[in-house]
Amino acid sequence: MSAESLILFFIVGAFLVGIALLFSHFVAPTSTNPQKAEAYECGIPTEGLTWLQFNVGYYLFAIIFLVFDVESVFIFPWAVVMKELGMVAFVEILIFFFVLGIGLLYAWKKGALKWE
Amino acid sequence: MAFSIYDFTSFNQSIDKLLYDSLPPFWALIIEMTIIGVVFLLFYAVVGLFLVYAERKVCAFMQNRVGPNRVGPYGIFQTIADFIKLLMKELIYIKNADKLLFNLAPFIVIIASFMAISAVPFAKGLHAIDFDIGILYVIAVSSLGVVGILLAGWSSNNKYSLIGAMRSGAQIVSYELSVGLSLVTIIILAGTMQFSAIVEGQANGWFIFKGHIPAFIAFVVFLIASTAETNRGPFDLAEAESELTAGFHTEYSGIKFAFFFLAEYMNMFLVASIAATVFLGGWMPFHVSGWGGFNAVMDFIPPLIWYFGKTAFIIFLMMWFKWTFPRLRIDQLLTLEWKYLLPINLVNILVMAFMVLMGWHF
Repeated sequence: MSAESLILFFIVGAFLVGIALLFSHFVAPTSTNPQKAEAYECGIPTEGLTWLQFNVGYYLFAIIFLVFDVESVFIFPWAVVMKELGMVAFVEILIFFFVLGIGLLYAWKKGALKWE
Repeated sequence: MAFSIYDFTSFNQSIDKLLYDSLPPFWALIIEMTIIGVVFLLFYAVVGLFLVYAERKVCAFMQNRVGPNRVGPYGIFQTIADFIKLLMKELIYIKNADKLLFNLAPFIVIIASFMAISAVPFAKGLHAIDFDIGILYVIAVSSLGVVGILLAGWSSNNKYSLIGAMRSGAQIVSYELSVGLSLVTIIILAGTMQFSAIVEGQANGWFIFKGHIPAFIAFVVFLIASTAETNRGPFDLAEAESELTAGFHTEYSGIKFAFFFLAEYMNMFLVASIAATVFLGGWMPFHVSGWGGFNAVMDFIPPLIWYFGKTAFIIFLMMWFKWTFPRLRIDQLLTLEWKYLLPINLVNILVMAFMVLMGWHF
């Protein structure tokens, strides 16, 4: 099987959910009630908007993640050819990790890794 | 048709040949695709149902209870009964929810886990897709699930759901790094990302033994990080029942809720099988070099049993975590990843690279 079969798995996954939803749509009972369509929070009516600006802490971690994830993409091909390239690859990854480590250390000292 | 429990290559090729000889290529391809699709669909459903049952039983025994024991012998049909019940339950639509995204979320979660499982090798010659970038592919696709979780939490228009989804997003993206980097440690040792080649490379010893201490550290880091990535165990902040009612899937009912549940269990199966394949040799039997008789006895056990045995062992470990450790706080969770696991991982990669360079592995 080649890469085209990914389409197959995409379709089968969608089929699994779709057919069950369709089946449920016909079999399951429906009884509408204004109370039922309310958001379930604590039992009392919800207060204020939900879709508003959210805690910046999550955003910071997402940014740091992005930096490290892009860098880990560079590490993967390096890891595959590490054995063949030998010393050159090792020295280069040392430099790469040095820069990466400084980045992590900077974020750490700036307090970006601290949850508030 | 040569069928062997030890090598499925010839069996698969003979089916392929039979179809292409008797049918035009287009229809042969369609039928082949249908067979694979149906087999994987059944496998997915059966493993999902079984894992829910296994979790309930393991949990029950750890808490000194009996667990499900009414439906069928030892309650083995309990999850099937639950599934049918969930299928018949009403699908509630929330008034203020974003309808499109609300309905899209279960699709994304299931498709992500389904596509990731397609790359797992179950036995020699028994895999749907054998990419040369297998590991990268699995990491990439399985992390798409977080999109579904974020959508589910966001579109519900419920504050608890949103908090749960945000926590889950921060947690999954953080721990994804550790999952990837701990696998890099083994890629250095194996020199390839193709699953079949990785398993073949462990014929004379599993990588966890071949790689000495760095491989063992990578295994432990992978276990912790993958438990967190699947939103399980002590890291289930996203659905912390006591604080967030049910987290990101609070507003989902009936079969849609069941899909989030199913995806969680299948992700657990996925990470357990990746751990088994990469660290514990996948379907490769346990070999000790030089012990000819012992190796022959081990070879006699079919690869499918080896594979499922190792996977079940790791799944059991993850269930053990869940029912014995208390839940972490969000700050502890992020500290653990960014200040401990990530630096450990980076140093570990360097140590492993140095070891491979010096030829200190077996």
